[in-house]
Amino acid sequence: MAEEDVLVRVKKIVVDRLGVDEADVKLEASFKEDLDADSLDIVELVMELEDEFNLEISDEDAEKIQTVGDVVSYIENHKS
Amino acid sequence: MGLQGKVALVTGASRGIGRAIAIALAKQGASIIVNYSGNKARAEETAADIRAAGAEALVWQSDISDEQSVQDMVKQSVDHFGHLDIVVNNAGITRDGLLMRMKETDWDAVLNTNLKGVFLVTKAALRPMMRQKQGRIINIASVVGILGNPGQANYVAAKAGLIGLTKATAREVASRGITVNAVAPGFIVTEMTDQLPEDVKEKMLSEIPLGKLGTPENVADVVSFLASDESRYMTGQTLSVDGGMAMQ
Repeated sequence: MAEEDVLVRVKKIVVDRLGVDEADVKLEASFKEDLDADSLDIVELVMELEDEFNLEISDEDAEKIQTVGDVVSYIENHKS
Repeated sequence: MGLQGKVALVTGASRGIGRAIAIALAKQGASIIVNYSGNKARAEETAADIRAAGAEALVWQSDISDEQSVQDMVKQSVDHFGHLDIVVNNAGITRDGLLMRMKETDWDAVLNTNLKGVFLVTKAALRPMMRQKQGRIINIASVVGILGNPGQANYVAAKAGLIGLTKATAREVASRGITVNAVAPGFIVTEMTDQLPEDVKEKMLSEIPLGKLGTPENVADVVSFLASDESRYMTGQTLSVDGGMAMQ
């Protein structure tokens, strides 16, 4: 799975879940600051990412996720 | 059959109020996960009554104060039925005694099952409910959590805490179509209340405006309402089913 492919899939989920413009979903975009997500949105996002990429993200790791880039690198590092 | 196609997990469903709730929801058409902690034979009796009512039952042993045990139960429930729509946090224990003589172990045991257990079951159940964008969580509190009761500091603290937990959870998940409410039963005829001394029972009876003890079915009827679509615009509430003991 190439990094770009991961980014494309993450972008789609973020756009669907948060109802934001795809153009705003950049690697450095913060979910809370830039994409207007609340903490419950992030919990849901994490659950959806777990389904999409078939992995389990621990509560501890989930708390560290702040930007779109955090998600992409987490998936890169943990994909099966 | 207002709950046709729904799946409900009822903790502590082998006897007492939990058993009545499980059967009442089954009669409305819901499939039931019958959780129990120790008494498998009694849990199987509840399951038999559920099947006799034409609903599906899955009997599952779990210590609700143990996170792994709870997560396994919820996962198995969702794997088996495909979804989870209603959770009734009913399981509870008592270790009564005057506060000044209460052992730390008695405090911990009651808080672990009656309050932490609800937290753990709710946490696990919210995952599938968030995915579904709908769900009903119903916590069984107690009139003593509202009025207090001597000799039950641990139980009262847990039940009052449960009412607060109900409100906090309700606010957290309201935007996702999940409602969280509590039912506070009064003096209900069960094995738990049978253990109370006669003079305590007499005194309690004198404090019930409706003049009689409640039945597990009285509580189950209100839980059925909270599980149904009719209660869709209610969340964070505690409904007293106590013959008028605590009027708010």
